[in-house]
Amino acid sequence: MIDNNHINLKTKISVENFNLFYGKFQALDNISIDIPSNQITAIIGPSGCGKSTFIRSFNRMNELIPTVRTEGRIILDGKDIFEIDPVELRKQVGMVFQRPNPFPKSIFENIAFGPRAHGIRDRRILEEIVEKSLRQAVLWDEVKDSLTKSGLALSGGQQQRLCIARALAVEPEVILMDEPASALDPVATLKIEELIEQLKEKYTIVIVTHNMQQAARASDFTLFFNMAENRAGYLVESGKTTDIFTNPKNELTEQYISGRFG
Amino acid sequence: MIKDISLSKKHNAVIDPVKNLRKRKNTQNIAFAFIWLAGIIAVAALLFIVGYVVSNGFKVINLEFLTTRPAGGVSGKGGISTTIVTTVYLVILTLAIAAPLGIGTAVFMVEYTTEYAGKKNFVGYLISLIRTSVEILAGVPSIIFGLFGFAVFVSYMKLKFSLLSAGLSGACLVLPLIIRTTEEALLTVPKSYREGSLALGTTKWQMVFDVVLPSAMPGIITGIVLSVGRVIAETAVFWVTLGGSYRLPKNLLSSGRTMALHVYMLASETRAFDKALGTSAILIVIIILLNLAINISSKQFSKKFSGK
Ligand SMILES: Nc1ncnc2c1ncn2[C@@H]1O[C@H](COP(=O)(O)OP(=O)(O)O)[C@@H](O)[C@H]1O
Ligand SMILES: [Mg+2]
Repeated sequence: MIDNNHINLKTKISVENFNLFYGKFQALDNISIDIPSNQITAIIGPSGCGKSTFIRSFNRMNELIPTVRTEGRIILDGKDIFEIDPVELRKQVGMVFQRPNPFPKSIFENIAFGPRAHGIRDRRILEEIVEKSLRQAVLWDEVKDSLTKSGLALSGGQQQRLCIARALAVEPEVILMDEPASALDPVATLKIEELIEQLKEKYTIVIVTHNMQQAARASDFTLFFNMAENRAGYLVESGKTTDIFTNPKNELTEQYISGRFG
Repeated sequence: MIKDISLSKKHNAVIDPVKNLRKRKNTQNIAFAFIWLAGIIAVAALLFIVGYVVSNGFKVINLEFLTTRPAGGVSGKGGISTTIVTTVYLVILTLAIAAPLGIGTAVFMVEYTTEYAGKKNFVGYLISLIRTSVEILAGVPSIIFGLFGFAVFVSYMKLKFSLLSAGLSGACLVLPLIIRTTEEALLTVPKSYREGSLALGTTKWQMVFDVVLPSAMPGIITGIVLSVGRVIAETAVFWVTLGGSYRLPKNLLSSGRTMALHVYMLASETRAFDKALGTSAILIVIIILLNLAINISSKQFSKKFSGK
């Protein structure tokens, strides 16, 4: 059922026959898909079908859970990610989490944290990075006078944009977002969506969303995941977002996007 | 004997709601009275002790008392200057040994071994061994640490009665406390901070050092300040490891006398009970100040973190 409509685009990440197990429990079943470069790829599907597990495979965050075992390959720019050091990989593949998780540090320190960890010490360069990242995350105007304030003092939506800026500051190529707006109000959500749209120029974006409208509005490609009683999370259908939403090929996809289950 | 169920039913039926309520309220009032009484007695006893020591103790406290050294012997003459200095030395030495060891052990247990905990392999056994030891050591009477210190540091390692012997023994005494408080503080650091750091491509050590430890700092500091209090108040351990010289320690191998030890010696070997109380009063004031410091520092930290 894999349908690579976007074969003409440059592929950033290529997933080949990927399986993932939490101990004996299989969470992902034989996923193969190409993620196009500089596009927004949305992952939708009912809760528990493995969306988070899937994107956390791209930066090998699943490995923090000792029982996790994987099979198959994930290729980033022609390189198998399981042969790259995870620390190096995560510099290239950034992540924004479901709940905003700024560090209990100042706004400045939150953004400078990544570049510092990667060895940048020069204060002036750090200042430049902080400003640039905050501008990219459309947060600069709101916080430029209070960079020494704690990141935790910001509103939820601002915190999430701070986390996006923090991810941008290490100059990744791919940004993974796991339901980045699910904890935010509609206005803040819309801001995040606009921001993501701007980011795709420079970054490849993979976003999990529980919200059908959001996927339809804010993505170029859509992957629909599902699971069954006796089957782990699997990829049902993938393609251009407009095709998936107007002309789904699979009956399950059609039922899901019309809100009949999930 | 068969109970008549219908009887109890009848009994139920005749309960007068007003009376019943009054009865229950009365029970509550009696219980409250007891709780209040218990609280008042406890607080009054504590205030009496502190008040007695401080008010009597302050009669002998003056600049001379603070700045002259004990005269020694059974007279109890002189002040407490050297005991203050010795106490400070010993606190610094003990924590210089115990804090890095204790914090390091806790970091090892919480951050580096979660994947091994409960597993049947070497690291798994090591962790459960450390956990069990820490729990047992935390409940061991302090004189046992003293005897251990005497046997190992004073005799076997030939460090004699000295600051070093006492510092090492004191470190053993406060190590469980530091490990436990640090462990608890580390466990309260949210997983999302750790993930946030690792997802930026930091190493695990960078995550621990730059995110987890700073977030856990209020708890760690609380543990350290509690340990300071413990060292200041301890007598048994130092009685058998520090000796009792009232002179100023010249180096790590000098004997010495802390304020708490001095109180003990004055009270048991001299007739200078007033001076024992004077020294105690200063000890109590220091302990109160330490507790205030804990309160203030943890408030400051939470203020800083919440960004208010
Ligand atoms: N740490 C874990 N250990 C065991 N099972 C897990 C773990 N995390 C997720 N799972 C299981 O894997 C499946 C997929 O979870 P997840 O990827 O979070 O789904 P989604 O993000 O689509 O809601 C679920 O059945 C979930 O219970
Ligand atoms: Mg999820």
